[in-house]
Amino acid sequence: MIAFLLKRTANAAFVMLAVALLAFVIFRFFGDPVEMMVNEQATLQDRIDLRERLGLNDGFVTQYTRFVTNAVQGDFGISYRNQQDVMVLIKERFPATFELVLVATVISLVVGIPAGVITAVYRDSRLANMLQLGSIIGVSLPSFVVGILLILAFSVSLGWLPAFGRGDTVDIGWWSTGLLTASGRAALVLPAISLSTFQVTLVMRLVRAEMLETLRADYIKFARARGVPTARVQWRHALRNCLMPVITLTGMQIGNLIAFALVTETVFQWPGMGMLFIQAVTFVDLPVMAAYLLIVSFIFVALNTLVDITYAWVDPRLRDDSARGNG
Amino acid sequence: MDKTLPLTPPAPPTPSRWARLRESDLWHSFCAHPSAIFAAVLLALVALSAFLAPLITPQNPYDLAALELWNSEIPPIWQADGQWPYLLGTDTQGRDILSAVLYGSRISLIIGFASVLLALAVGLSLGLVAGYFGGWIDNVIMRVGDVLLSMPFILIAILITAIATASLPTGLKDVLAAPILIFAIAVPSWVQYARTVRASAMVEAKKEYVQAAKLIRVRSWRVMLHHILPNCLTPILVAATLNFGLAILSEATLSFLGVGMPPDQPSLGTLIRIGNQYLFSGLWWIVVFPSIQLCLIVLSVNMIGDWLRDALNPKLR
Repeated sequence: MIAFLLKRTANAAFVMLAVALLAFVIFRFFGDPVEMMVNEQATLQDRIDLRERLGLNDGFVTQYTRFVTNAVQGDFGISYRNQQDVMVLIKERFPATFELVLVATVISLVVGIPAGVITAVYRDSRLANMLQLGSIIGVSLPSFVVGILLILAFSVSLGWLPAFGRGDTVDIGWWSTGLLTASGRAALVLPAISLSTFQVTLVMRLVRAEMLETLRADYIKFARARGVPTARVQWRHALRNCLMPVITLTGMQIGNLIAFALVTETVFQWPGMGMLFIQAVTFVDLPVMAAYLLIVSFIFVALNTLVDITYAWVDPRLRDDSARGNG
Repeated sequence: MDKTLPLTPPAPPTPSRWARLRESDLWHSFCAHPSAIFAAVLLALVALSAFLAPLITPQNPYDLAALELWNSEIPPIWQADGQWPYLLGTDTQGRDILSAVLYGSRISLIIGFASVLLALAVGLSLGLVAGYFGGWIDNVIMRVGDVLLSMPFILIAILITAIATASLPTGLKDVLAAPILIFAIAVPSWVQYARTVRASAMVEAKKEYVQAAKLIRVRSWRVMLHHILPNCLTPILVAATLNFGLAILSEATLSFLGVGMPPDQPSLGTLIRIGNQYLFSGLWWIVVFPSIQLCLIVLSVNMIGDWLRDALNPKLR
């Protein structure tokens, strides 16, 4: 187990170093950092001094090492656009994205799991077929189209819910939450639904496939033979055994949801990290782009590694041959 | 009816035989699935109308001289103020929505198709090379793939388009918008093909017929192309179909975010981006019709992909 743990961690570290190299290359070689930071009146000498001060004359490896060391300590430099510390900007925006992704994940589980069970249990019934059709439509609907249609229906026509912004927020330490105010919760509804559409269908399809397999198992037949009510067998005995892959999928998809939140955030003008990134892209604000790439990839890689390790811990067969003796 | 024949014969078949089998077997399955027929007809109609757009649309939406400002903001024809020939209404510049949607579909379909082709070409060749030769080259290719898969798909595509457009001079940006998009969508998607092909290439490379071919000095590329590649085409075909839908979606998303096709040669995503600005002014048709068209295209491609996956899966027969 320890060997497996070390191997997976080393692998994740390698991937992160490679992503950092990519972010570094973007940051350093597309556009000249000095030109971005000085104003029009700066003399040649000013520029040379700044170049020296920023360490841009050092060797490639030295600069890359410094970039990684700084990034690990949460220092991603200064935004070109508004001259603020990139980490401060991201820290400001992170709670908005996190709450959006969290609520979308909850929706995907609350809707996706029952829908998956129903399609598996009442196979070929009208309801199940409708849900199946709904799932393929859900996969095919781009999330920004879902968002726009939701705005058209519930904000423009009906006027029930706000179409943009985050509503009122309450600060708890540095974390600003919209979950504690009525307007904050109302503002969260449409973006969370639109972000979760794809995820709902994913969970539903997975639960359905797992349930179909589990319902054929002997212990299910035995439970029925013993006289346990059918609904109890389906929703307790069978469903419980299907939840592990669902938890895995949810864990691994959080990284993707954070990345996809940038589309939702653009549609709903949601003040999260994704909006920050898209604005940075428009203004070629390279430090912000590099920081966002690194942070999202880090969350992505960390979750994947965690899921892998948990699986190996639960199921010793998944560990390497070399580690088998310790399990 | 189609349950009796095995899909692929056990021995590596010659391409022509494979093609013949596929035709007969798949055709039966196709006829038995109404959803597949529906999707295929829908996709054919969309593609046909998109490529015949110059012949059937009332105006060329790219020709600024054809736009009349007094024809702007006309609602669809079934509403009170609707006007012939603007079936789906016009936008704020007097551009016919139906024409814009059909021309836009053409761009979306071409970019989606080209990016899948590019990803296939890169993925298949790198996967073959990695699996056949193994060693350090295998290591390098697969490690690059690992890194690409450890970043969200959409993020890689945005970064590539953003950096490419930022480093190009203004004049070239719009001309190269489509090639940049094709490249940006292909980069994160080749890995899947490469992994699939690599796995079967590794198995095949150890088999005796490959050893024999090596002994009689058949060139490596010939062994790879004629003996190994045909053995792994089935999963590749399914993946490519589903990725075609994904590629169209990605293109639309990039264009919607403003890093894709420019407004003077709009894809469906660009049209939705433009229409999104008029969401609150009651001009719903500008944004709704491109959205519906985009959903129909992706839906039909996904339905065909789903059917193909089940039809080609020997376990489900």
